[in-house]
Amino acid sequence: MSKTYQQINERIKNGEAVVLTAEEVSQLARTMPPEEIAEKVDVVTTGTFGAMCSSGAFINFGHSEPPIRMERIELNGVGVSGGLAAVDTYIGAADCNPANPAYGGGHIIEEFVDGKDILLEAWGKGTDCYPRKHIRTYINRDTVNEACLYNPRNAYQNYNVATNTTDRTLHTYMGTLLPRMKNASYSTSGELSPLLNDPECRTIGLGTRIFLAGAEGYVAWNGTQFDTAKEVNGHGIPTGNARTIAVIGDLREMRTEYLRGVYYERYGCSLFVGIGVPIPILDTDLARRVSIRNEQIETTVVDYGNGNAVLGRTDYAALQSGEIEIGGRRIRTSPVSSISKAREIAELLKERIRSGRFLLSAPVRPMPAGTAMKKLRIRETPERTDRKTQEP
Amino acid sequence: MKRKYMLSFPECTGSQPVIHDLIKRFDICINIIKAEIAPGMDASMLAEFTAPEEDMARTVEFLGNLGVGTALVTDKIIFREERCIACGNCALACFPKALTIGPPDWKLSLRKENCILCKLCLTACPQKLFTITTD
Repeated sequence: MSKTYQQINERIKNGEAVVLTAEEVSQLARTMPPEEIAEKVDVVTTGTFGAMCSSGAFINFGHSEPPIRMERIELNGVGVSGGLAAVDTYIGAADCNPANPAYGGGHIIEEFVDGKDILLEAWGKGTDCYPRKHIRTYINRDTVNEACLYNPRNAYQNYNVATNTTDRTLHTYMGTLLPRMKNASYSTSGELSPLLNDPECRTIGLGTRIFLAGAEGYVAWNGTQFDTAKEVNGHGIPTGNARTIAVIGDLREMRTEYLRGVYYERYGCSLFVGIGVPIPILDTDLARRVSIRNEQIETTVVDYGNGNAVLGRTDYAALQSGEIEIGGRRIRTSPVSSISKAREIAELLKERIRSGRFLLSAPVRPMPAGTAMKKLRIRETPERTDRKTQEP
Repeated sequence: MKRKYMLSFPECTGSQPVIHDLIKRFDICINIIKAEIAPGMDASMLAEFTAPEEDMARTVEFLGNLGVGTALVTDKIIFREERCIACGNCALACFPKALTIGPPDWKLSLRKENCILCKLCLTACPQKLFTITTD
């Protein structure tokens, strides 16, 4: 039994598509074999809502009279990219003013989506074609030209569990890690997580239409640090940080319920991003993949107090029970990404597909194969250079 | 009944054995969770009282007459719940289990009576939704 994207989309348009969330199909799979699921189910929806630091937004402000080539740009006092043409910028979620580190790019993006006025101040040297040297004005979602969210690395396929063996409290992007393994945090939504339901990205590639922070977005590319070389368990699940996606969507169609600026104490600013990916059940293999249950999804427990040293392995059924056992010790666990919101996103996407408002798109380019992460080597002198003089 | 109070002692009451007097006079059970006492300074003490309702009222009145402030811990926590996204970061930090998250709904649950004013949630919340009043 196999289906095509066209067949599934026809069923969606006719209001006949059978759509389940990833949690629902995992329950169903306890009593129904993959062959039957492939026959009966058309689409499975996934969801995640977590801090995704490699996120940001492109904005075009429009030209003033006389025009300015904005070379240094601040939004609400936060320095953002001045390296794009004259009136374009990229707001990185982690951008911040070091004097006020608790407010940053993520917050600006949220306020923009919320329709708030944002103070724009920019400086240029003044050129023959862009004579203005300084501008100070307010912008909002209705005054600018384009505004799009473009996130180079989102929706990590699995992620390490963080704990801390040291004697002091650590403030990390994985939350407040208490001394001597008094707690452990995990950031993946388990069986709801997008890239765990199609672990080899058979249906997720360039052009895949997704739910992005309330809007219709797209997978734009493989995410940075895309890694297909991670060890997989008996269920075909990578047991650590593996694949990622780059995503894009119209910022003005997004909602702050699924896009939140955040600040992690002594770490920095970030952005919570809500993503839902629909998985078309094209065949039995995909039916089997989406049937994955929390107890089959394993991940690695690492010590954030000691260079991410591996302490053991656990699974999402144990993590979501509130307690894991590592080296004979029981450790209290908590998620640091919102499971209730992940569920809400999967439900919302399900309803959009069911009601014919959201059609699936086949990838126009698959994800790369055979990738692995490179380390950054520290070198004293260049080994390849075109410059004639290498010494300053 | 059980109640958790943040007691604030003005400098002048430093010489009086207040806790001893409370136990002797009202036969009240006092669990001292945290105390900051230094000579010549205002002192504070986080304590849980277990007593019948009428004794609890008389205890609070007695302390008031001595000039000791009695702020209910449950009144000191302010949580802007409407902005909460149930990410779990506060529950991760909250070792007294005042803040918990879990199945079936994975929404945040706040049991103020478990709070010991450790203030970890103030920094753990990535949206800074918690405040603890200082009066």
